[in-house]
Amino acid sequence: MYNFDFVRPSSVKDAVDALGAEEAQALGGGQTLIPTMKQRLAMPAKLVSLTGIAELQGVGRDDSGALVIGGATTHATVEREAGDYPALAELAHHIGDPAVRNRGTIGGSLANNDPSACYPAAVLGTGATVVTSNREIAADDFFEGMFTTALEDGEIITAVRFPIPQVANYQKFEQPASRFALVGVFVAKFSDAVRVAVTGASEEGVFRWSEAEAALSSEFTPSAVEGLGVSPDGMISDLHGSAAYRAHLVGVLTKRAVAAAG
Amino acid sequence: MIRFTVNGAQVETDLEPDTPLLWFLRDTLKLTGTKYGCGIAQCGACTVHLDGFATRSCQMQIGDLEGAEVITIEHQGTPEAPGPVQQAWIEHQVAQCGYCQSGQIMAAAALLAEVPAPDDTQIDDALSGNLCRCGTYPRIRAAVQRAAELMREEGQ
Repeated sequence: MYNFDFVRPSSVKDAVDALGAEEAQALGGGQTLIPTMKQRLAMPAKLVSLTGIAELQGVGRDDSGALVIGGATTHATVEREAGDYPALAELAHHIGDPAVRNRGTIGGSLANNDPSACYPAAVLGTGATVVTSNREIAADDFFEGMFTTALEDGEIITAVRFPIPQVANYQKFEQPASRFALVGVFVAKFSDAVRVAVTGASEEGVFRWSEAEAALSSEFTPSAVEGLGVSPDGMISDLHGSAAYRAHLVGVLTKRAVAAAG
Repeated sequence: MIRFTVNGAQVETDLEPDTPLLWFLRDTLKLTGTKYGCGIAQCGACTVHLDGFATRSCQMQIGDLEGAEVITIEHQGTPEAPGPVQQAWIEHQVAQCGYCQSGQIMAAAALLAEVPAPDDTQIDDALSGNLCRCGTYPRIRAAVQRAAELMREEGQ
């Protein structure tokens, strides 16, 4: 490991100030960034740890009934405390392994926007709002492609606000070594619409499957998406699965998610 | 100065805050029971408890630890008086080469603190981040079950 500066501010304001330095990078739980730095795939000169900021921690509800999760809340905490939104708690329970869940944070996962990560599917599939140190970003505007988001330099995810659907479910076809999603599908049914978000499949990262959303909005049953499919064009192809295989999994997992959501 | 506790004892250090906890444990405190395996969060050999939860010490900077409680394998017991998880490990002769086992034991102890009578699925999930190249997994699973029994007996 190379040397870098490390600071642990206790307020969002101090963190934003610290991130104003050259080559400074925010650090959540470090479950992706630290290994990435050890491989020299990222070489920030300064890490600004967000673990010491009390206001970024915890799970609660706001006046509208939405579930609000602090940006530095760990997956393990979401797993334990997001019982009001069971599909989300269940998703958090299946991220990585316990050591990852005990340190990794929702804000870190979203800011990184790994194309195979689980949380982006929940955020996009729920139509959540990403709250940052200076604005609010709708999920539909937040994800901009593999490892790319609408976040600007020095902008910190302070919270994520999830409207709670009537029913929802996340199905992950797990890559057994990394436990990332080979493909993952998040389905959420609201009173006025159904949202379907797919992770692990596209080279552009998480995306909404609008054709399935339309079909499920008129009839929320697995058979409603029978015969629908996504094109393998632009799907990830690697040693774990071809583009065609991933495209096939999108349909299979969507049906399973709808069946499990009820 | 960074202050936290290791195995209940207060420690203070003026090492650089980007120092990995694993280095601090092994090189500064000479607590060499915690092992350096891969160094990149893939193997779990360096597992310790941070505020009661299993954590990989190779991924943790000491600058993040102000006020934290760290527990290592050394706190589980001694050769003369092994703790219940260690006792179960001995009974089942789990270790082959042994290198990963302190991490396995710490992951198991964290599981048992939360789930007193885990089933095999819970054991497999809780220890899924701890690799053993000798393939001792079946014995690990049996030993975790035995440790749960021992802890229940102790609690009675």
